[in-house]
Amino acid sequence: MYVAVKGGERAVKNSQILVAGKRRGDINVPKITPDQIKNQLGLGVDRVMAEGSLYDEHAAAMAIRQAQGDMTEAIFLVRAFRTTLKRFGNSIPVETTRMAAFRRVSGIFKDIPGGQILGPTYDYTHRLIESCPEDDTQDTRERPLETENGMSDPAPASHDAPPFPGELPRVIDILQTRGLMQKDPAIPPNDDGEDLTRQPLTFPASRSLRLQALARGDEGFLLGSAYSLQRGFGLDRHPFLGELKIGYAAVWYTPPELGFKINIGRIKLTECFMVNRQDDAPKKAAGFETGYGLVFGQNERKAMAMSLLDRSLRTNENTGKADYPARDPEFVLSHCDNVESSGFVQHLKLPHYVDFQSELVFIRSRRKDHVPDEGDR
Amino acid sequence: MPLAYNFAYLDEQSKKMIRRAILKALAIPGFQVPFGGREMPLPYGWGTGGIQLTASVIGPDDRLKVIDQGSDDTVNAISIKAFFKKTAGIAITEETRAATIIQTRHRIPETPLQKGQIMVFQVPIPEPLQFIEPKKSQTVKMHGFEEYGSMHVKLYEDIAKFGRIATAFDYPVQVHQRYIMSPSPIPKYDNPKLHQSPAIHLFGAGREKRIYAVPPFTDVVSLDFEDYPFELEQWDGACAVCGSQNSFLDEIITDDKGTRVFICSDTEYCRNNAGKSNP
Amino acid sequence: MSRVQENDSLPLLEVRHLSKFFGKQLGCHDISFAVSPGEVIGVVGESGSGKSTLLNCIAGRIQSSNGAVLFNSSVGMLDLCRCDEALVRRIIRTQTGYVTQNASKGLKMHISAGGNIGEKLMANGMRNYRQIREQALAWLAKVEIDPGRIDDLPSTFSGGMQQRLQIAANLVNAPKIMLMDEPTSGLDVSVQARLIDVLRKLVSGLNLSMILVTHDLAVARLLCHRLYVMKQGKIVESGLSDQILDDPRQPYTQLLVSSVLKP
Repeated sequence: MYVAVKGGERAVKNSQILVAGKRRGDINVPKITPDQIKNQLGLGVDRVMAEGSLYDEHAAAMAIRQAQGDMTEAIFLVRAFRTTLKRFGNSIPVETTRMAAFRRVSGIFKDIPGGQILGPTYDYTHRLIESCPEDDTQDTRERPLETENGMSDPAPASHDAPPFPGELPRVIDILQTRGLMQKDPAIPPNDDGEDLTRQPLTFPASRSLRLQALARGDEGFLLGSAYSLQRGFGLDRHPFLGELKIGYAAVWYTPPELGFKINIGRIKLTECFMVNRQDDAPKKAAGFETGYGLVFGQNERKAMAMSLLDRSLRTNENTGKADYPARDPEFVLSHCDNVESSGFVQHLKLPHYVDFQSELVFIRSRRKDHVPDEGDR
Repeated sequence: MPLAYNFAYLDEQSKKMIRRAILKALAIPGFQVPFGGREMPLPYGWGTGGIQLTASVIGPDDRLKVIDQGSDDTVNAISIKAFFKKTAGIAITEETRAATIIQTRHRIPETPLQKGQIMVFQVPIPEPLQFIEPKKSQTVKMHGFEEYGSMHVKLYEDIAKFGRIATAFDYPVQVHQRYIMSPSPIPKYDNPKLHQSPAIHLFGAGREKRIYAVPPFTDVVSLDFEDYPFELEQWDGACAVCGSQNSFLDEIITDDKGTRVFICSDTEYCRNNAGKSNP
Repeated sequence: MSRVQENDSLPLLEVRHLSKFFGKQLGCHDISFAVSPGEVIGVVGESGSGKSTLLNCIAGRIQSSNGAVLFNSSVGMLDLCRCDEALVRRIIRTQTGYVTQNASKGLKMHISAGGNIGEKLMANGMRNYRQIREQALAWLAKVEIDPGRIDDLPSTFSGGMQQRLQIAANLVNAPKIMLMDEPTSGLDVSVQARLIDVLRKLVSGLNLSMILVTHDLAVARLLCHRLYVMKQGKIVESGLSDQILDDPRQPYTQLLVSSVLKP
């Protein structure tokens, strides 16, 4: 008599032991610390915070280590941690014009009020893998040269440091005050608490929900979708970078029991405004439109892709018709979350014996119609 | 950082929100209720919807049975049981009759369910119209206005092409003469078990953030044509272990020449049945 | 609910002061006309004159800005612009047909010809495969498609066949009125002629009412009893087809008529 193999429990346990061993690697190599990850893999930490939608560098660094550097897995760990956290209220919307910016570029005006700041970027490095001494405890880093308006030290000294001297007006404000761009209708204060992490995404999705979904969406998916727009799958004109800004923004919160706002810290943000020529309409004055991107941490690629998509997904807000995937809100927003997509694609690893058995029964009955004798040998 | 988790992982606010969705789902049988699905520490597609349902209805006195493909011992069932043992310290059972909550992926136990039991189904794609109309904004209207013609078109196409209905699992049903519903990817063999069942059947889709339900003693009818009625899978043989001829059989390949035997997919039923015939 | 008393002497469909604005842009303005049972109405005008917008408003595919569309349905006279959406959708699904210019938009291209014809029957509750099949075969014959192609996909059909299939799929549940948006444009002249021939037979055989939107005055002359000429969203002239085409009053209509090559 046949006895079905058992032992799932032991297999699962062993698998967990094995992955823990793999994660640690060679025991003779020192274990990396979350501090090392925060300091030296900071852009990775930024990405995990953004897509994990939790601004917690320490949790992100621990997640990256626990996931062996698998970013999607690390993002998942942060999400599963985040969902258990108590929420005590909504902050006051951050004022990104008062951000302490350490990088700010515009592709549409050479001179902008407040000036352009190149700041730290890989854009103008030559991508050569550099060999460097393994032991670099001595700080031999070069100091940046003096510039007119550059900030050499990106991180302000303390949480309550005053924001960067004065305000940095938005570049698109210039277009708006000159009447070349319609002002966006102000998004009403989010009193009803529209929150993608607490409510399901439904369509048509408001702009607030759309931006939430994109802000925590997968960088690769957003990038590829935005790229498809640029290649003519949804845009028939060249878009322009109105403004890209990276810096620290103060977060203010009004505790109900206090009744006045207090500063609870600062977060690193990348903000982007793209500028597109408005679709021609015979009876409308010609002008420009904008798309918006805002991401935790420093991630220019994602903020730019997000602002291209924000614009393209608005095109069909009223008609609901979409001719290209990257202009279709349901297509983009339903598929941009990598915790969802990764889980569902990989669930195919789970046993599907029963469903497959049903398929087998059907296929055999079909084959009997055609080759009665040799349906299945 | 040491972290403390609530009983059954989810915080009470979230559980309350999910229970409200369940009540709505029970009130409108077969209707997909959108809910604020939470991220769970297990991946989407691996039962997060079912786990949230179980976590919301489970109490310290419950006895939980978890099956996957009919078996108590497959890796995913083991993993989910371990999750509830750890977060809720709950009693686990393999006995269908003894369980108060049965969380399942892809099967309904062969042992008939009883009044008071809750079946929790893990659902990957809650929308039965998904492959006919991928847009939710459209399917919502199709359900709302009961525009289900295209559902039968699919069955029509099957018969025109194959001479029979080709859907083998996740076979769509109409609940209480109103909503068309996905019974989750159970084999169609299990569909009749939903009809007029004394148990509560809850369906949770975590990734798609939908909950729906079949309350006790509700009509659940598999879609078909008068002249091409719904049919169950049939096997030529019986279970090689317990000899049952009334159960869904899995095919087991026993050597590299393709020799195969059939055994019950429901391991608990098989064990009990074998015990009865060979005391 | 706006339900007017049912009366057989009432027109089948009456459009009253219908307007549609897209923002500030005019789609159609203050359109009124009535269709009697068995009557074929043509709406003609150059492209952009608002005739398709008008048809889409009547079909409930676009929400009109103002006005009413009264329909003498099986449950009495209904204003399709004001009634409960579920009721309107049911009425439109069961008692009207809609044929688009582009057959690939009106048909399900991945579903067989038989499935396309059968869909409305199944949507209205028919649950017998053989009966559905028989009706599909009969309708294929009526629109002069070889019944042997019942299981073929519409994508394997020629443009003219696709259009005839679309007509069959709309007529199968015996609608009271057909709405047609440029059904013949994009087809070769000989294919057009066959389609028009099929349509004429069906219309007279079924006592079917129809609103036909076309820019092709030759098609309008062959099919329509009465014509409405539209210009910049408004009706500028109306009357019997022959009267309009042989003796147009308005300069715009004269221009339209003179721009068509006489046979």
